[in-house]
Amino acid sequence: MSNLKILLNGLITENPTFVLILGMCPTLATTTSGLNGMSMGLATAFVLICSNMVISALKNVIPDMVHIPAYIVVIATFVTVVQMCMQAFVPELYSKLGLFIPLIVVNCIVLGRAESFAAKHSVINSAFDGIGIGLGFAGALTLLGSLRELLGTGKVFGLTLMPEQYGSLIFVLAPGAFIVLGYLVAIMNKLRKA
Amino acid sequence: MKRLQSNLPNMFLSLTLICVASGAILASVNMKTLEPIKATQEKILQQAIKDVTPEFNNNPAAESYMAVTSDGDSLKIYPAKKDGQFVGAAVESNTEKGFGGKIEVMVGFDAKGKLLNYTVLKHSETPGLGAKMQEWFRMNKNKQSVLGRDLTKGNLKVTKDGGDVDAITAATISSRAFLNAVNRAYSAYASTDAQSGASAQSADSTSINKGGQQQ
Repeated sequence: MSNLKILLNGLITENPTFVLILGMCPTLATTTSGLNGMSMGLATAFVLICSNMVISALKNVIPDMVHIPAYIVVIATFVTVVQMCMQAFVPELYSKLGLFIPLIVVNCIVLGRAESFAAKHSVINSAFDGIGIGLGFAGALTLLGSLRELLGTGKVFGLTLMPEQYGSLIFVLAPGAFIVLGYLVAIMNKLRKA
Repeated sequence: MKRLQSNLPNMFLSLTLICVASGAILASVNMKTLEPIKATQEKILQQAIKDVTPEFNNNPAAESYMAVTSDGDSLKIYPAKKDGQFVGAAVESNTEKGFGGKIEVMVGFDAKGKLLNYTVLKHSETPGLGAKMQEWFRMNKNKQSVLGRDLTKGNLKVTKDGGDVDAITAATISSRAFLNAVNRAYSAYASTDAQSGASAQSADSTSINKGGQQQ
């Protein structure tokens, strides 16, 4: 598999959100605005890329019977690094995403890619897989967040695109997350088959 | 290279080394971010105090003290002084009665007990409804605003409960909780500085006492 193919595989063919429907908890909960979605996506992407590379490099020195705890320690380390950096340098974003940053540790996309890809491929390939899947996830969250923000408040990334009274609050709340996600998955399915 | 066998020494070594390495990385990142995290938290606190109190030139955070509320809890008070004269205080208050849990607010009073300003520090109210409290209670529309209210006459209540503050549309629970936090802030403020002219005195003496303990 060429690196480009791995990259596109993560971005489109196996997009974690729209095709694999993985990691729904942070996807639904943090996409109340475009910026929140994007930040959550990028934080996850960073953890994914780093953990994929490290796990791929260490795959031969981790005995099979302890591979899950070993992977979790690696992933948790990167998540904590992200968390401390966010707390120090972007405190506002940190207070909004709050609990969902530490929860990246148990995000099934991260552990899933470690198990199914990084543990079997070279470091370079795993890095590209991390970038592909990570950006696929970040892109999906940004799109979902922007759409919810637009439909709910008439803004995208704080930029007013339509008057607020045309927005319907339900899209910012939990039900809106399911509705918008459902339609996006349907559209993506249609596009992929066309 | 073949994967290591799953025998006890291998597993033990591999996991130990990974954990040690991870611990070392985290310790170094923690050392690097400890200062910035502290600095940003300090800055947020200073900004919140500045937002809600009259102009001051002391360091309220350094002179802060705890005060008891009417319901037995205690809250932190940051006294503001201009050239040594007590001009008001910021009270860091909270309530558990929010729709989404705890709400933390910083409420500022002047020396006479009038509510000057407030700022919401932390909340998890519904976006678009209860989350509007940061703007709602300062808008000069109908009976929405709580700024300039005199709490010596009694607690603030929403109109639904017979009070004279308009609740946020469709978010009465959040509004009640917010006013609860404000009332608690006032009761703590009133408990230390007995409303009258003695206020400056008592606040001063507390800080002097504190200074004395440090020496």
